[in-house]
Parts: sequence; C-alpha cells; structure tokens
Amino acid sequence: MKDSTIKKLEILAESAKYDVSCASSGTSRSNIKGGIGSAHGWGICHSFTGDGRCVALLKIMLTNFCLFDCAYCINRKSNDIPRAAFSPKELTELTIEFYRRNYIEGLFLSSGIIKNPDHTMERMLRVIKDLRTVHHFNGYIHMKTIPGASRELVYQAGLYADRLSVNLEIPTEANLKRLAPDKDHQSIYSPMRHIQQHLLENKEERKKYRHAPKFAAAGQSTQIIVGATDESDKQILELSSKLYKRPSMKRVYYSGFIPVNSYDKRLPVVQDVPRKRENRLYQADWLLRFYQFEVNEIVNDDYQELDLDMDPKLAWAIRNPQFFPVDINRASYEKILRVPGIGLKSAKLIVTARQHGRLNIDALKRIGVVLKRAQFFIICAGMRTFKMQEASADYIRLSLQEPIPLIETAQPQQLTMLL
Amino acid sequence: MLVFRYDETFEGLLTAVFDAFALKKWPEQVLSRHDVVPLFTSEEYIVFTDDKKAERVSTAMKKRLPNIALNQLTYVWFSELPERSSLIFRYLIKLFKTKKDISTNFADPDVLAVKQLAKKVSNERHYLMMFVRFNAIENQGEKVYFATVEPRYNVLPLVVAFFKDRFADQKWAIFDTKRQFGYYFDLKQLDLVTLDEQADLLFDGAINQNYLSAEERQFQKLWYHYCQALTIKERINPKLQRQFMPKRFWKHLPETWHKTFDN
Repeated sequence: MKDSTIKKLEILAESAKYDVSCASSGTSRSNIKGGIGSAHGWGICHSFTGDGRCVALLKIMLTNFCLFDCAYCINRKSNDIPRAAFSPKELTELTIEFYRRNYIEGLFLSSGIIKNPDHTMERMLRVIKDLRTVHHFNGYIHMKTIPGASRELVYQAGLYADRLSVNLEIPTEANLKRLAPDKDHQSIYSPMRHIQQHLLENKEERKKYRHAPKFAAAGQSTQIIVGATDESDKQILELSSKLYKRPSMKRVYYSGFIPVNSYDKRLPVVQDVPRKRENRLYQADWLLRFYQFEVNEIVNDDYQELDLDMDPKLAWAIRNPQFFPVDINRASYEKILRVPGIGLKSAKLIVTARQHGRLNIDALKRIGVVLKRAQFFIICAGMRTFKMQEASADYIRLSLQEPIPLIETAQPQQLTMLL
Repeated sequence: MLVFRYDETFEGLLTAVFDAFALKKWPEQVLSRHDVVPLFTSEEYIVFTDDKKAERVSTAMKKRLPNIALNQLTYVWFSELPERSSLIFRYLIKLFKTKKDISTNFADPDVLAVKQLAKKVSNERHYLMMFVRFNAIENQGEKVYFATVEPRYNVLPLVVAFFKDRFADQKWAIFDTKRQFGYYFDLKQLDLVTLDEQADLLFDGAINQNYLSAEERQFQKLWYHYCQALTIKERINPKLQRQFMPKRFWKHLPETWHKTFDN
C-alpha cells in the first residue's frame, strides 16, 4: 500500500461525505457458510466524525469525475478539485480489510457520472458483485442508483445490495431544472419506481419460491437538500409524506445546505448551515413515521413553516387544545403518543404498566416522561389540576420554548439524527 | 434488620430465594460474603448454595417469566454491580408472591429498575459491537485479529456469539484487560483464555504496537485519514462526537489518534 492510496481514499471520501445517509439498518441476517459478515436489524455505528455524524458504512465514491454540472454539488464538472478513481479490485479489498478490523458495517457506494448513466451503473455493479461472489461478503451494501439508469441494471443492483437510493436533492422540478440542468424529475422518479416494482415482484416471487434471491431487502431511501432553494417546510414535508406512502421508501434524509460552490450566483448566500431547520424537519419526519401524524396536522396553509423555537409536536398541541387533557390511565395509546413530553418508549410503558394498576405522577416520572412539558396536557392521579385550563396558550409557549441565547454569536448547536 | 449472605454465584442467589420461602424470612438486603455488615444488622443468615434448590427456582422462574424478562435478569446479573443481588432477589420474591406476570408492571420501582439496568448493560454490549477494533498480529506465521476491551460491565460473554457469527473465516481474539480474561476463536470453536505474557503483548491496557505488522499500521493510517476526510468542517461539533463516542474508548480507536497520524 502506498501513500497514493491514502490520497485517493481522502479525495473520494471528501467527495462522498455530503451524502447524509449512513444507515446500516433494515435487514437482519446471519453469516453464510464460508462467508464473512452479517447484518444487524437496527444497524451498528462504528465511529463518529468530528461533526458528530455516524460512520457505519465505508461511504465512498467509485470516482468523482462527473459529466453533470449540478450547482449544489462539490463534484460538478466545472469545479477545479482533485479527481480520482478506484479500480473495483482496490475498492473491494479495502472494504474487506476494513470490515475484518470491525471498522465498518459494509459499503456505501456512490459515483460521479462517467460516459453515461448505464456505464456508470455497470462499473458500480462490478464492485458489489465481486464483493458478494468473489469475497463472499455478507455484510451491508448500500448502492446509489444513478438517475436515468436502465430498469435491468437497477434489478441487478438490487440482487447484490441491501438498500438502493436515488437522491431527489431538490424538492420541486422547476428548481431542480434551474440548479441541475442535466437532471429532471423523470430521471429520478423512474429508477425509484423500478426499485419499488422489483421489490414488490420479488415479494410475490418469494412467496412461491422460498429461495428466490432477495431484492434490496432494506428498501430504498432518498435525500432532499434544505435551504438551497425557496421551498417551504410544507412543500418538503408533503413530498416526504407522499414518498412514505410508497411501500419501499424507508427513509427521507434532509441535508442542510452547505455552500460548497459559493461562487454560483443561482445559490443563496448563507452564513451558516441551517441546522435548526434541518433538525425540526427530522422531528416532523419522526411524527409522520412513528407518531401517526398526518402531514397537514404539522404543516398546512396557515402554518407553512415549522416553528424554530419549539418542536413540531409541542407546536401542534398548543394549536389544538381541544384534544387535551389526556387521561393517562384511560386514553388510547394513539392519544398518549400525541402528548408533548411523552415519547414512543414512555407511551408503550404507560399502556403496559397501567394494566397492573393506576399510574400516579411518581410512576410517570420514573418511566421517563418529561413532566415539564407533559404537565400541561395530561391528567393523572397525584396531579392537582389540569394546567392548560388555567394557563393560556401563550403562557405555555413562553415557558416551554427554547431559551434565546444571550450573546448573538452563540449559535445553538443542533443535534441531528443520522442513524 | 435481617441480612442474607451468599457466595456471589447465580445459583447461590436462587438458593437464597428458595430459603426465604422455606423459612418465611424476608431479608432487607442480600449481600455477598465479604461485603461489610451494614449498620443496625440484628440478624444474619448464611446461604449455602444448593444446586437442587437453585434448579427448582430456575424452573419456576422460566415457567413464570417471558423470555424478555429472563434476558433482563441475566443482563442485570452481568452488570456485576453490588446492588444487583438485592434487586434480583426482591424481583423474584415479588414474582413468586403473586400469581400475575409482574414483568410489565413498570410502576413498580424494582421492575422498572431491572428494565433500566438491563438496558444499561445492553448498551454497553452494543458499545463493544461498535468499538471493538481488531489489529492483525502475526503469531508463529498465522494471522490473528486481536482486540482489547475494558467494558464497564462484564458484557464480553454476552457479545462473543455475535463476533463468532460475523467473523467466521478469520482467527480472532478479544481480551478484557479489566477482568483479565478473553475469548479466542480458531475458526472452529470459541475458547475462554487468559494471557500469560501479557506484560509484553499488552502495554498500558492496549496492544503493544510493536507487535503489529507494518501493513497493520498502514490500515490504521488509512482509516484515520478516511475519517478525517469524511468530517464536514462547516458542521464541526466535538461535543456531539464525544456524546456518541465516549472518550473512554478512544485509546482503542485509531481514528482518534491525531498525535500518531497527523505528522
């Protein structure tokens, strides 16, 4: 191994790092005979970079040469950056060596577009095919699908990869056209549709033949850049909710816009990455996926943007006092789930524990309910009164919204969920 | 105050539960033989471990509790915390005193404490799955992937099956330097091992870097530079990084060895 390998690895990692997804979840399987590797249902992170993001997969570009000239992308054709490419042999060996040392869960392969979409897909396919068939690698593989790739190649990729993804990047077609003249929504949605069709066909096939090869068992995901264009939170979340209605779509990632090509006049001038907005979008996304919220409850024509000062669940509760108070000992799981300060875990614990007897405020505290927030919205034994009646919406708002930093320069550091 | 003392084996603890019901005596605490006697102890009972009694309690326990609760009790036991004895004891007494399944009654402080402690131990186990780092060493011509760990709770026995399945085609060993034992996998089976000349192979609780092949150093270096390149400078947030990846693991993680690899 030479220093040139280090250089190459650095260049291609730099080029791949703006892809948010790093999940190694969604599929569980044991090793195969004579093979190396397994997959773990919830995924395993193996490291965290200085920005606090998880490293589960070897996230890497096969090459960062690219024909396209997308304004938001570091690898655009017109950028003067060092370019490099891995040979399939180099990359497979590196993946295996890292895996043997327990550095990674598997490979996340992406690529710049060389020659044409199909040619690029074929080169990527060779890497993951070699990993599976030559090295008997049984760990996790996530492969990017190139916009415009043919149906047959998408199918091939799904046979070797656990998860496939096509990045939407820009929510509306008009803005996409403006920033990425080489792309259109058709070229993105059609591989997405292919993945879905293959997945559904595969499900049917596996009902008939138990040993039919699995197709992308962990489904597909996509990514949307936030803050590069003028879409509202309402537009973004409506798009996500539409995507989640498709059976194969597992995750939509939101990536706060980082001005990597600040010289481009089509992009907005920004001071800082919109971490707060990104975080609120993830919270809203969680409400859609796990808390049984409908998108128009979170954002609608009256509330087009998410409140930056409080999380979307609390904001919803304050706007909708008619649903409260919720009786902890009687209300349904769905209703308890909607109380601010009660999460998925506490809600489940509450409904199982109350079968044994009435819950009081101390039990709630022990279970992990955040009473500071929940107190305004619940009734339960040991609580003197229901507070929302005496406290106005404004009062609750003021007492629960996040404190405004005293010094202007102290920017709040926002946590992002990137599992 | 009544205190039970036992020999710190799981069978011993189950025997204590049996004896409590036989004697109709309900101790306030269950302690190991060499724990200090608490203040105001008026009566002491020494439990003599009896495999038959333990077996009967174990059978009853398995009949009464769902698997998830049995696993929680195992995890609590592997926490090795001094309070585990009294906690498991009280839990089992409560279980056998009623006819109901108590394992979901999270309003009960003991049931909740078992669940929460089990979660902590399970998290520590997950940390090993994340942060074990194998170093390839040459040992008499064969390559062995070796890692050292020092988990807070005794979780190595709970996680080796995972590694055995995943790394089935390489020889590997993981050694717990805190508890001075480890496991070695020779492609066929897993053996419990101790180290004789660890003064040499281990240095300051980690692997003596002199034993590593030049190639191993290169892979560590590659991994270090890869993780550096992956960091988005505009979003730097060391606090978040430490929250997810506590400092106590860093000495085993090549990606954090800035001093070694930066020049």
